[in-house]
Amino acid sequence: MACSATPKIVHGPLPTNSLRSAEKSDSSCKFMGPSSFFGSKSLNKKLFSVNKAVSSVGHRSAAVVAVSSDVVKEKKLKSSSSLSNLLITREEGLVLYEDMILGRAFEDMCAQMYYRGKMFGFVHLYNGQEAVSTGFIKLLKKEDCVVSTYRDHVHALSKGVPARQVMSELFGKTTGCCRGQGGSMHMFSKEHNVLGGFAFIGEGIPVATGAAFTSKYKREVFKEDCDEVTLAFFGDGTCNNGQFFECLNMAALWKLPIVFVVENNLWAIGMSHLRSTSDPEIWKKGPAFGMPGVHVDGMDVLKVREVAKEAVGRARRGEGPTLVECETYRFRGHSLADPDELRDPAEKAHYATRDPIAALKKYILENNLASEADLKAIEKKIDEELEEAVEFAEESPVPARSQLLENVFADPKGFGIGPDGRYRCEDPKFTEGTAQV
Amino acid sequence: MAAMLQSFGVSSASVAFSDHSAKLSVRSLPVIRSEARSISCPTNGTRCTRKITTKAVATQVENPASAASKPGHELLLFEALREGLEEEMERDPRVCVMGEDVGHYGGSYKVTKGLADKYGDLRVLDTPIAENSFTGMAIGAAMTGLRPIIEGMNMGFLLLAFNQISDNCGMLHYTSGGQFTIPTVIRGPGGVGRQLGAEHSQRLESYFQSIPGIQMVACSTPYNAKGLMKAAIRSENPVVLFEHVLLYNLKERIPDEEYVLSLEEAEMVRPGEHVTILTYSRMRYHVMQAAKTLVNKGFDPEVIDIRSLKPFDLYTIGNSVKKTHRVVIVEECMRTGGIGASLTAAINENFHDYLDAPIVCLSSQDVPTPYAGTLEEWTVVQPAQIVAAVEQLCQ
Repeated sequence: MACSATPKIVHGPLPTNSLRSAEKSDSSCKFMGPSSFFGSKSLNKKLFSVNKAVSSVGHRSAAVVAVSSDVVKEKKLKSSSSLSNLLITREEGLVLYEDMILGRAFEDMCAQMYYRGKMFGFVHLYNGQEAVSTGFIKLLKKEDCVVSTYRDHVHALSKGVPARQVMSELFGKTTGCCRGQGGSMHMFSKEHNVLGGFAFIGEGIPVATGAAFTSKYKREVFKEDCDEVTLAFFGDGTCNNGQFFECLNMAALWKLPIVFVVENNLWAIGMSHLRSTSDPEIWKKGPAFGMPGVHVDGMDVLKVREVAKEAVGRARRGEGPTLVECETYRFRGHSLADPDELRDPAEKAHYATRDPIAALKKYILENNLASEADLKAIEKKIDEELEEAVEFAEESPVPARSQLLENVFADPKGFGIGPDGRYRCEDPKFTEGTAQV
Repeated sequence: MAAMLQSFGVSSASVAFSDHSAKLSVRSLPVIRSEARSISCPTNGTRCTRKITTKAVATQVENPASAASKPGHELLLFEALREGLEEEMERDPRVCVMGEDVGHYGGSYKVTKGLADKYGDLRVLDTPIAENSFTGMAIGAAMTGLRPIIEGMNMGFLLLAFNQISDNCGMLHYTSGGQFTIPTVIRGPGGVGRQLGAEHSQRLESYFQSIPGIQMVACSTPYNAKGLMKAAIRSENPVVLFEHVLLYNLKERIPDEEYVLSLEEAEMVRPGEHVTILTYSRMRYHVMQAAKTLVNKGFDPEVIDIRSLKPFDLYTIGNSVKKTHRVVIVEECMRTGGIGASLTAAINENFHDYLDAPIVCLSSQDVPTPYAGTLEEWTVVQPAQIVAAVEQLCQ
C-alpha cells in the first residue's frame, strides 16, 4: 500500500448504508501514515489544512478525511500484539465499557418506566448510539461544555450527571437535575457543564457556539489560560436547518473551540436522510465553511474516540472547529411514541450486528484487556446503580405549588411592582405560588 | 453577597456601587427610597436572605437645592445610550456587544460608535447576518459567564431570532431549574419612522410581551435611555430595550454623576388631576404636544410614561387612576394584541372600582405601515386624536 507524502483528496466515504467493509484496499485510507492515525503534527496540518484557493466547482483543495473501518484494522495488522499498540489501555477500556453500559441500561430502564406510567411526554432514547456519546465525552474535562438535543439523557450521563438526578428529572420530581421543570428534553447541569437539552432541533447549536465564544473571550479578553472546548451534538435532520449553517460559518470565522458532532442515524422521525437532503454526505459541508469535515463509523467507539481526540485537540490548540459526521443508528423508534414501522427490518438487523457495546466487548476480550468476569461485574454495578436511581426517583417528592413561580426570573423583581407599591415577589402568596402575576 | 446586591442594579441610596461614586441623580425624577431589610425571596429554589429595596415607591425630590452641584452635560439620545453602554463596559469586562455593523461601522444608529476601537473586535463583535444564530450565541455566552448585549439593527430583524428569544432567552432559566442565568440585553430601534416601509416599522413589543421570563422596557429621553441601558445591563434577567428610530436625535441635559434607573418603574412626566394618559416611547411626544393644547383648553392631564412594558408598574399607574378616574392609553402598537390591550386589561382587573368611564386606548391601525407619507401619518396616533379623545372622555 503506497502512502504518498501529500494527502490525497478523498471523494466519498463509505456509503451510509453499507455493510462494514471487509479488507478493502481502498484508496480512501492510503494516505494515512503507517504509524499513527492523525499521527504527527505536520501530518495533522496537512490533513486539516484548508486551502483558500478553491479553483473551480467540483475541485476542492480542502483536505477532508474519510475514516474507514480499515484504518483500525490496518493499525492492528501493522502492530505486534503488544499492548502498547492498542488504542486503549485496560483502564480506559473499562471506563468506556461502563459508560456505554450505563447509557444502554438507563435508556432501557426509561422505556420500562414510561410504559409503567412513571414518565410522560416525549421521551427519545439513545439505544445504539452510545459509541458517539462515550467516544467523545469521555475525552472531556469537567469544564468543557456539552450541548445536545432532545435525545440527551446519555450525553448528560456521559458528562457526569448522576443517573439518579436524570431519572428523577424524568419522573418530574424536585430532586431532578432541573427540579422537574425541564423534563426529558431539557437536561441541564451547571456543575457538569451540560448546557441542554433542547426541544427544537438546531436551537442548541448557537448556544454551543456561544459557549465556545466565551472560551475564546476568556483567553483573549481576560487573558486566562483557557482551553475549554464545547461539543455540539445533533442529528442528520438538523443538518438541513439554517442555524446549523449559520453556526458553521461563525465558528470557522472566529476559530471557535467547538466540535460539531453529527449523529447521523439516517432518520428524522420517519423522514429518511436520503429523502430530505440534496447531498447526504454531511461531512462535506465542513470544508464549504472552512473547517475539516470528517466521517467516522459511529458504531465503533474506538474509531469515534480517535477522531474525537484529534477534533478536540484541534479546538484546544486554537485551530478552530471541526465537523464530525458519525454514521450511527438508533435501535428504537424516534421516541417512545413512535411505532417505528417505516424502517426496513433488514436495515435494523444489519445495524444490530454492529452493536457498539458488543464490538467493544469483543475488542476488550480479544486483546485481553479485561476478563469476562470484569465486564459482568460492571454490568452488575450499573444494574444496581439504576435500581437505586429509580428508587430515589420514586421516593422523591413532586414539586409543590410554591415552586411554580420560582426560576421564572433570576431576579424576581422582574415580576414587577404591585398596586400596593411593593414588588410582587414580596407578596406572601408569591412564595405559595398562588399570587397573581 | 456582593454579586447579589449588584444584581439589583437599582439606584438606591443605601447600596454603594463598588467602584463609582454612589451619588444619585437627584433631579426631579423618581428616586428609589430604600428601606433595605432582609426578606426571603425565592430564587433558585432556595430561601436566601438578602437585602433588597422593598419600598419601590417613586417619590419626587422636593428640594432643588439638593440637586446635583454640577450642571450636567448635553447630549443626544443615541449618545446617551452609548455613554451608558461604555460606562458598563468599562466597569465590567464581561460586558460585550454583538450585532450587525456594531463594530467597525459604529452601529447603524451610531450607538456603538468608537467602542470597537476602544475595546477591540471581540468585545464589540461584528456578526454575519444571522440573527437567530448570533442571538443564540449571545445566550450561550451569557450562560457561560459573559454579559452580552445583542443589537438588532432594526427591531424587526429580531423576528428572525424569535426562536432563540422565546425558547432560550425567556425560558431557559426556568427549564434548567434555575441553574443558568441569561443576563442579556436585546436592544434596537423599532417603531414607525419616516416612510421606512412596513417591515422596518414594526413594533415587536406586542409580539414579545407573552414570553415568560423576559422584561421589556422602552426608553424615550436621553436621561432614561442611559439609565435604562445601565439597569438592563446590570440585571440578571434578560431585558429587551426598545429604542425608537425617530428619537435618537433628541437632545437633553443629563447629570454628570452616575445613575441607574429602575427597570420596573414608570415615569411621571406631568402630574395632573383630570385624566391619566399612559404612553411610552415616541407617543410620549405626541401626548405632550396634545397636552399643551389640552392645558390651553383648560384640562389638566396627568401624563405617565410607563417605560416598563413588561411588567407594568401598577403602583404608579394605580395611584394615578385612583386620583383621576379616567384613563387614556396612547401607544404605537397595533390595536390588536398590543401593549395597550394588555394594559387596558390590567387596569380593568386591578382598578375597576376607581374608573368613572371605560378606558380609552388609542393605538395604531391594524395595517402594515404604508410607505406613502399621508397614509403613514394616519396609521399612528396623532396629537389631534389625543386631544379629541380626552375632550370626549372628560365631558
